[in-house]
Amino acid sequence: MSSEKARLATMWFYGCSGCHMSFLDLDERLVDLAKVATLVHSPIVDIKHFPPDVALTLIEGAVANVEQVETLREVRKRTKLLVSLGDCAVTGNVTALRNAWEHGDRAVLERAYADPSNLNAQIPNLVPKLLDYARPLHEIVKIDHYIPGCPPNADQIYYVVGELLAGRQPVMEGRSKYG
Amino acid sequence: MLHVTLQQGGASINPNNVRLRINGSEVAVPEGTTILKAAALNGVEIPTLCEIEGLTPYGGCRLCIVEVSGTSKLFPACTTPAAQGMEVTTQSPKLYEYRKMVLQTLLAERTHICAVCVANEHCELQANANNHGVDHVMYERNWSCESIDSSHEFLVIDRNRCILCTRCIRVCDQIEGAHTLDLKFRSKSTNVIMDQDQNWGQAMSCTSCRKCAKVCPVGAIYIENENIEFTKDRDIAAFLSKRRRRSR
Amino acid sequence: MKQLKLDDLNKIVDQELEFGQAYNYRINVCCSTSCVSLGSLKVLKAFEDAIKEFGVENECKVARTGCIGACSVGPTVLIEPGDYAYSNVTPEKVRQIVRDHIVLDLPIRDMLYESGTFFQKQHRLVLRNAGKIDPGRIQDYICVGGYGALCKVLTNMAPQGVINEVLASGLRGRGGAGFPTGQKWRLVARAVNTPKYIVANLDEGDPGVYANRSLAEADPHAIIEGMLIAAYAVGAEKGYIYIRSEYPLAVQTLQKALAQAKAMSLLGSNVFETPFKFDIELRLGAGAFVAGEETAILASVEGKRAMPRPRPPYPANMGLWGKPTLIQNVETLANIPLIVQNGSAWFAKTGMTKCSGTKCFSLTGKIANPGIIEVPMGMSLREVVFDIGGGVPGGKQFKAVLIGGPSGGCLPEQLLETAIDYDSLLKVGAIMGSGGIVVLDEDDCMVDTARYFTEFCVDESCGRCTPCRAGLPRMLEVFNRITHGQGELTDIGTLEKASVFIRDVSLCGLGQTAPNPVITTLRYFKNEYISHITEHKCEAGKCYTSRYNKEEPA
Repeated sequence: MSSEKARLATMWFYGCSGCHMSFLDLDERLVDLAKVATLVHSPIVDIKHFPPDVALTLIEGAVANVEQVETLREVRKRTKLLVSLGDCAVTGNVTALRNAWEHGDRAVLERAYADPSNLNAQIPNLVPKLLDYARPLHEIVKIDHYIPGCPPNADQIYYVVGELLAGRQPVMEGRSKYG
Repeated sequence: MLHVTLQQGGASINPNNVRLRINGSEVAVPEGTTILKAAALNGVEIPTLCEIEGLTPYGGCRLCIVEVSGTSKLFPACTTPAAQGMEVTTQSPKLYEYRKMVLQTLLAERTHICAVCVANEHCELQANANNHGVDHVMYERNWSCESIDSSHEFLVIDRNRCILCTRCIRVCDQIEGAHTLDLKFRSKSTNVIMDQDQNWGQAMSCTSCRKCAKVCPVGAIYIENENIEFTKDRDIAAFLSKRRRRSR
Repeated sequence: MKQLKLDDLNKIVDQELEFGQAYNYRINVCCSTSCVSLGSLKVLKAFEDAIKEFGVENECKVARTGCIGACSVGPTVLIEPGDYAYSNVTPEKVRQIVRDHIVLDLPIRDMLYESGTFFQKQHRLVLRNAGKIDPGRIQDYICVGGYGALCKVLTNMAPQGVINEVLASGLRGRGGAGFPTGQKWRLVARAVNTPKYIVANLDEGDPGVYANRSLAEADPHAIIEGMLIAAYAVGAEKGYIYIRSEYPLAVQTLQKALAQAKAMSLLGSNVFETPFKFDIELRLGAGAFVAGEETAILASVEGKRAMPRPRPPYPANMGLWGKPTLIQNVETLANIPLIVQNGSAWFAKTGMTKCSGTKCFSLTGKIANPGIIEVPMGMSLREVVFDIGGGVPGGKQFKAVLIGGPSGGCLPEQLLETAIDYDSLLKVGAIMGSGGIVVLDEDDCMVDTARYFTEFCVDESCGRCTPCRAGLPRMLEVFNRITHGQGELTDIGTLEKASVFIRDVSLCGLGQTAPNPVITTLRYFKNEYISHITEHKCEAGKCYTSRYNKEEPA
């Protein structure tokens, strides 16, 4: 490995942030990771725009609105390796529960905002337009690696990140874990 | 060592009269033994989903496909009887790839969301997918919206999780003798139904024996308010069919 | 009931011949499904009235017959002697035909079917009697030598002798897979379990294929006689003819034929005063493509859901109700009386060495002379499409021929020299199937064609095995993306991977052959896929019409 630290990023789309919690569960191994990588973008790092020349990006959550589609395509251009982190990113998972019943922006927003309110129901008009279906990342862009799990445990994340940063291909047989 | 055959009726059989090779090592099994059983008797595990001991084999899920030398065709181990001189391969890159595809198509077929499923971590589809390193599904998933029936007192069927292995249908017919469950329609509309496609609560032939929930490999049939670990019982069909054979 | 003897058969033949000689003309009006739908029953009535009107009813016999094959120009009327085929006959034209042809003995050239080499290039064995005999009269069949073969085997041949004869003839199953018929018979004959059964497969589910229907409507007794001979050879006691209920006329014809055969003691016990007994029952299918698969047909005959089961055990050992069962396509069975009558050496002269005899096809699509044809094995596709079929009409460019129905292969022009036989077709990725040939021209899009047949197989999958039930719909989704202009180049790889998976892993013939149109179009017409994906261009103009235009999904 070169003396320069690898540029590492994480992203958070429509998910519960559980995968990031798992990432933080690396605990003291975060210190080891910090020796070889710098975190250049993350929900826990206050940088608004996704930086260029990223070596490895982990993305949590499914793609559910038009803004995320744009962002994901942008991220794909700026990162060398893209990893789907957790079931929402890999399959759609809980985010995709809505796929089976109602489709479209309006139906989902009504269910979320209008139905539960007794008084003065309002649907926010500033949020980006929702997609008809919440989609796993690999249906939008090419994904290099997948870490299923709801959430994936810290060991899995550590293993995959470690292997990828070392330039090896992680082996998922027996390591992947849906649900 | 057990010498049980899957032939219905269990006629007395001269043991060790079929010799074959499984993954290179020679084994001998009674005539009529399936490749799956022959492999299991000799410590070779072949992944299965629709197969369950004690019921007639179905050959539907195609997870247990094996290669037999001399033909390019693949055979399901659960239904193919071992034959003299057969050379069976149970593991190869091609088989592995095909098994992964089987699991992917099953996962893509209906709305399988492990995180919210009662059978999470006690699911044979999930376990097989994990063991085969199915870390994603290459096809677009089909977000099915099949009906859920909770009209029965305590049995629930969520057809969105069903993989149509028909274990429940077979156990209901062959062990319980009720034949409440069966299939309707074909192709992707195929579904498990009760009696004449009635609500489960109105299905008069159902004896509420719970065996369907016990053998369901996924979370499609389950018992309300019961821990899934307690419900699932893979051995029940084998156990009951053996008992009944003895008492007969 | 008095038992029928060979003498009685001869007596019937003599009577019929005497009866027939009284007439100078025989007017055969095609009353099979396609001609009936074009009004041939009215034509039949008009002929009956016209011959009375002209007072020639003693010179001229009007018969309702089966199909001569030229289904696009129906109703067709064949006047013997001379085999003058009149096409597009309407009740209005009948008087003129009777007046000129019968009364004045001047065939009307203008009204004759201009077929080119449609008939000349054909070789009619199975359809030998189609359009010539009245399928509703057993005497007509007996008169052309019918049931003579049955009499011959029952009185002069041992079962093994019959099997040897069929083996020597080189006849192969006409249902599609082409398993040697004699070998199949030998397997069933050797099976120890009894009783044994025979199932005649008349469940023709492929879109656009109706060769078996045509046979059953034209010559039902040939099927029955073939079954009887097969029953004698393998030692079966009971037979079933499994027919689609969508073929009401064929069902009716067969019912009538069975009743006649029973009345003459050709079915039942002590046939031809021998200990041989056999009975046939009709079973109507509920219209599932998969029910034509040999194990699904068994389930359906037993009254169960038509679902195939894995083989082994093979039906020859464990078929209907677990008993040895011989399953044959009706076209195979119709060949049997000929082989017995004329000998295997005679039969083997037609066709090719490894693949003898003929094959019936339904020729449809963009073709000048669509209809039912029968050609010797080994004829090239080019001869079938251009010489018999008359090529693509309207000056359009030929593009491809789909042979083998929805699970066949699309072959391009450069493969038209391929000989029609099981092995050559398999080599180029097509199959014989149950005998459908669909011709496609420049207006047909190969991607759309593959998509259409994938959709058909998606709907017809029985739901048992994973690759076919859950895999085919995924393939269809990819097709829908491509034909909606949302495809990506990686989709081609996905299709290739999925089609090979479905072919290799599926349980029965339906799934194993369902990806054939996809595999062959990817092999021979890949450029069309690429232009659909990269240039969003469909040269045939089938895809991305306004109804397809949808906004991009994401």
